[in-house]
Amino acid sequence: MSPTDAVLQVRGLGKSFGSNTVLRGIDLDIPRGKVVALIGPSGSGKTTILRSLNGLETPDGGSVTVGARDNSAEGPLTVDFGDAALPKKARAAQLSALRDRSAMVFQHYNLFPHMTVLQNVIEGPVQVQKRPRAEVVAEAEKLLDRVGLLEKKDAYPFELSGGQQQRVGIVRALALKPQLLLFDEPTSALDPELVDDVLAVIKELADEGWTMVIVTHELAFARQTADEVVFMADGLVVERGPASQVLRHPKEERTQAFVRRLLHEI
Amino acid sequence: MDFDLFWSSLGPMLLGALKGTIPLTLASFVLGLLIALVIAVMRISSNKVASGVGRIYVSIIRGTPLLVQLFVIFYGLPAVGVKLDPWPSAIIAFSLNVGGYAAEIIRAAILSVPRGQWEAGHMIGMSRNQTLLRIILPQAARVSVPPLSNTFISLVKDTSLASLILVTELFRVAQQVAAFSQEFMLLYLEAALIYWVICLILSTAQTRVEKRLDRYVAH
Repeated sequence: MSPTDAVLQVRGLGKSFGSNTVLRGIDLDIPRGKVVALIGPSGSGKTTILRSLNGLETPDGGSVTVGARDNSAEGPLTVDFGDAALPKKARAAQLSALRDRSAMVFQHYNLFPHMTVLQNVIEGPVQVQKRPRAEVVAEAEKLLDRVGLLEKKDAYPFELSGGQQQRVGIVRALALKPQLLLFDEPTSALDPELVDDVLAVIKELADEGWTMVIVTHELAFARQTADEVVFMADGLVVERGPASQVLRHPKEERTQAFVRRLLHEI
Repeated sequence: MDFDLFWSSLGPMLLGALKGTIPLTLASFVLGLLIALVIAVMRISSNKVASGVGRIYVSIIRGTPLLVQLFVIFYGLPAVGVKLDPWPSAIIAFSLNVGGYAAEIIRAAILSVPRGQWEAGHMIGMSRNQTLLRIILPQAARVSVPPLSNTFISLVKDTSLASLILVTELFRVAQQVAAFSQEFMLLYLEAALIYWVICLILSTAQTRVEKRLDRYVAH
């Protein structure tokens, strides 16, 4: 794969919290327009990878490269975490540059409770990206309409159901026009009857060609939506491959056990 | 009870409240909040020097009597060549004092905002300061209104201490009239009544502000 068509390249990502090692050298390549699902038991390091890609965690080693926007003059951005001597300020600038290229949808939505739905969506584009407000509002309304929440644009988050809040969370991420969409267990805080609406939106985005990394426990959803499934355990990638292969005919014993257990739970 | 004296002294006392107590309270509270915000941000900073200085400041302010702080500034500072008039001395002492107490309130309010809010701020590309200003502080404001109102109401009453450094405010007027007429009970009760009414009005205003800030929270 040439570096230009890879939106995301992760090399040797490592992270410890004290004596607890959560990532032991992770490699990941995601071509433009592809969807990767990260699955695995809790504590396997899936969420830590996602948070590292968005600069919410600082890995101890390895590197992350995120490709440039279409039609943009800037090249791919590589952040090397191996350089421990880097001054704090320089590291913060790197993390912030990394964040500019990706957007995250949180497990617990993390909408801003003191802002209306519309304000939540336009806050980043207007305040941070300094784009013209009228243009951003028009785009935001179009996106809200797509997820069926236009009439809620002046509501506060507490007035929405969990599923509606999460759809706003997705729109807030899309409004940033990122290279890469990151989903951290986007449906695991939802009541079961609200899960499908949110998954349908994510599936649509996948079909539209967004590049996405999704941490999920919804195996059926992963099989339908993901191009590649990565199974992790204890901070290592145990098995990776096309979704149908990893989920239907896993080769590794740990993957088999995990898939079997999750399917039987349902 | 000498009701004539009550009515004739009411005017000067209200004037003392209007020209002394109220402006002294407002000026000190506004300046105090600014100091408190700076100290609170220093206290939560990862910079050890900043958080250390903040902690020592709060400790000194809370660990010494307000009257002593007032006297150090008005009667003490001239010894080192800083001679301040009663009004500036009072405003400085009261703002520094409010700064120390309100800093702890604001710090606790900032810490009460869930970590996910910081992360969402960073996620949309905000710096630490931007996130603090636009995401965290508006939410912290809601939490800190009730305790800050208490600080404000205490301040109204504490400004009576300024009478001891010759600031003409409500209580000093009461003392002057009382010294002249020897009607201590009447005049001090009258002063108490005026303080009480001011505080009642403030409590009502507090309830309104709280309601307004609560509009985005489920009930």
